[in-house]
Amino acid sequence: MSVLIFVETAEGKAKPSSLEAVGYGAKVAEMLGTTATALVLGDAQELEKLGNYGASKVLHVADSRLNTGIIQAYSNVIAQAVEKENASVLVLAKSSLGDAVAARVAGRLKAGLASNVVELPNLSNGFVVKRSIYTGKAFANTMISTEKKILAIKKNIYSVTPSSNTASVEAFAPTLNDSDFVAKITNTEKATGTISLPEANIVVSGGRGLKGPENWGIVEELAKVLGAATGCSKPVSDLHWRPHHEHVGQTGVKVSPNLYIAIGISGAIQHLAGVNSSKCIVVINSDPEAPFFQAADYGIVGDAFQVVPKIIEAAKKM
Amino acid sequence: MKILVCITHVPDTTTKIKFTPDGSKLDTTGVQFVIGPYDDYALSRAVELKEQFGATLTVLNVGTAETEPSIRKALALGCDDAIRIDAEPTDAFFVAEQIAHICKQNNYDLVLMGRESIDFNGGQVHGIVGELLGIPSFSPVMKLDIEGNIAKMAREIEGGKEYLEAPLPLVLGCQEPIAEWKIPNMRGIMSAKSKPLQVIAPANPQELTKSLSFELPPPKGACKMIPAEEAEKLIELLKTEAKVL
Repeated sequence: MSVLIFVETAEGKAKPSSLEAVGYGAKVAEMLGTTATALVLGDAQELEKLGNYGASKVLHVADSRLNTGIIQAYSNVIAQAVEKENASVLVLAKSSLGDAVAARVAGRLKAGLASNVVELPNLSNGFVVKRSIYTGKAFANTMISTEKKILAIKKNIYSVTPSSNTASVEAFAPTLNDSDFVAKITNTEKATGTISLPEANIVVSGGRGLKGPENWGIVEELAKVLGAATGCSKPVSDLHWRPHHEHVGQTGVKVSPNLYIAIGISGAIQHLAGVNSSKCIVVINSDPEAPFFQAADYGIVGDAFQVVPKIIEAAKKM
Repeated sequence: MKILVCITHVPDTTTKIKFTPDGSKLDTTGVQFVIGPYDDYALSRAVELKEQFGATLTVLNVGTAETEPSIRKALALGCDDAIRIDAEPTDAFFVAEQIAHICKQNNYDLVLMGRESIDFNGGQVHGIVGELLGIPSFSPVMKLDIEGNIAKMAREIEGGKEYLEAPLPLVLGCQEPIAEWKIPNMRGIMSAKSKPLQVIAPANPQELTKSLSFELPPPKGACKMIPAEEAEKLIELLKTEAKVL
C-alpha cells in the first residue's frame, strides 16, 4: 500500500500546485501509516528534491513523448503506476490536465474520485473528504467507498514547509500503445512571461469599471509590483478587452489565492463564485453599494484611477 | 453523423445555496433549475453541427421527472429525441455508466456535455465515459470543428489554448466560447411537445462515492473600509494585519 502523487511539470519543473499535492499526499500517507511516491512524466530535473515536500520515492517516466500532456497517454501511465505501487490513494492538483486525466484514471480503475478537495481526509469512520461544491458556495462531506481512491485537491488548501529530505528516484517504463497517441496537439498558444492565474498566490482583477482595455495599465502595473497574476470579470472577457483565459468566475477560472484584489468589479454572484475561496479579498469600487464589499475583507470606495496609483506607490516602497 | 448531448438540470447560477436544517440535502424552495451553463454550450454547438451536417441529435439526462422541463427545452432547441435515465445523479461514476450504456447501443460519433456540472463541479463524467467506451475524451473544449472523420478542437489550458486533432468518435466536455447560447423559438417549443422522450431505468446501478452531509462556508467578517485618500495604507494592512504580503 502507498499514496501516489501525480506531479505536473512546466518546463521540466514541478508546478507549485503539484508541490502542494506532494505535501498533502505525504500527510495522507502518514495518516495511513505508509509512504508517498511521486510520479513525474516526461523530461524533468531535480526530482530528488520532491523529497523536500515529503515524497520518499519518485517514479520517473523519462519518455519525451510525454513532455506534453496527452490525456490518454497520461491516464494510461498513471493507472499503471497506481497498480505498480499498489497505491490505495492517488492525489493530484486540480488543473486543466489534472482534471481530464483524473477522470479517465477513475474510469479505468473504477476508483471513487473526489474533486475540489479542501481538507485532509477524515479517517475516523471510513474515508471522508470535504470538497467544495456549487462553485465555492458550499461544501460536501463525501465518503469514498472504493478500495482505490482519487483526490483532486484545490490550490492553497494545505501548507507544507520544505525539509532537507531527498527522495530516491526510480525509472519506470510503463507500456504505452499507439492508440494512446491518437490525438495530436497541433499547436499551443500560451501567454509567456506572466504568472499563471490558477497557480498565482496573488491575483489582481479588473472589471467594466475600468471603462476600456486601454486602461488596463494600472491593473498590470499593480500585478507586476505585487508579483501577481491578472484576471478579469466575465463582461470584460465577453467584450474582448481581455483574453478568455483571464476570466475569473462561475464559468471561467476559479481561483483560491492568498490575496485577491478586485478593481472596478461590482461582484455579481457568478464572479464571487470564482473567488470566494481566496484567503483575503480587497475591493476597490467607486460605487459604495457594490455587492462585492459584502464579500470583501478590505474595501476602498473611490475612483480606481486615483486609488490604484497610490497603492502601486506604497507597494513599490514595501 | 449521430450526436449525443448530455445535460444536467441544476440550480441557476444566481441561486443563493442553502441546505435543509439537518444538512442532508439542498433546500430547493424558490430555486430555479436550468440546463447547466456548460451543457448549454455543448447543446448549442451540437445544434449548429446538426444544421451543418444534418446530424441526428439525441439529448440525455440522468434525473428524476423534475428535470423534464430542461429536456423539453433541449428538444425545442433542435434535439430530435430524448432519453431520461430515471435516477438521482448523485455519483459521477454512476452517471457515466448510464451514459456509456446508452452509447454502446447507439454508436454516436460525438458525445458532448459541459466541462462540469455547476452543482457538484466534479468534471469527471466525460473522462469516465471515454474510458468506459475506450475512446478519447477531452475537456475543457472551447472550439470544435468537424472535417470528415477528424475533430479539430481547442482546449483551454492555464494561460492559453491547446489545439488538438483526433478522429471520431470522441467524448468532449465543453465550455464557452464553443458556441453562442441559443433561445428556442415558438415553432421549436411547439414541436418539442411531440418529440419522443424515452424514460429508462438505470442499468447496473452502483455508486463509488456518497455525499453524507452538506455545509455552507462560515460567514464572512465585516469589510474594513479604508478612505480613498489614504489608499496607500492598504499595503501596510495587508502586510501586518492580514499577513498576505
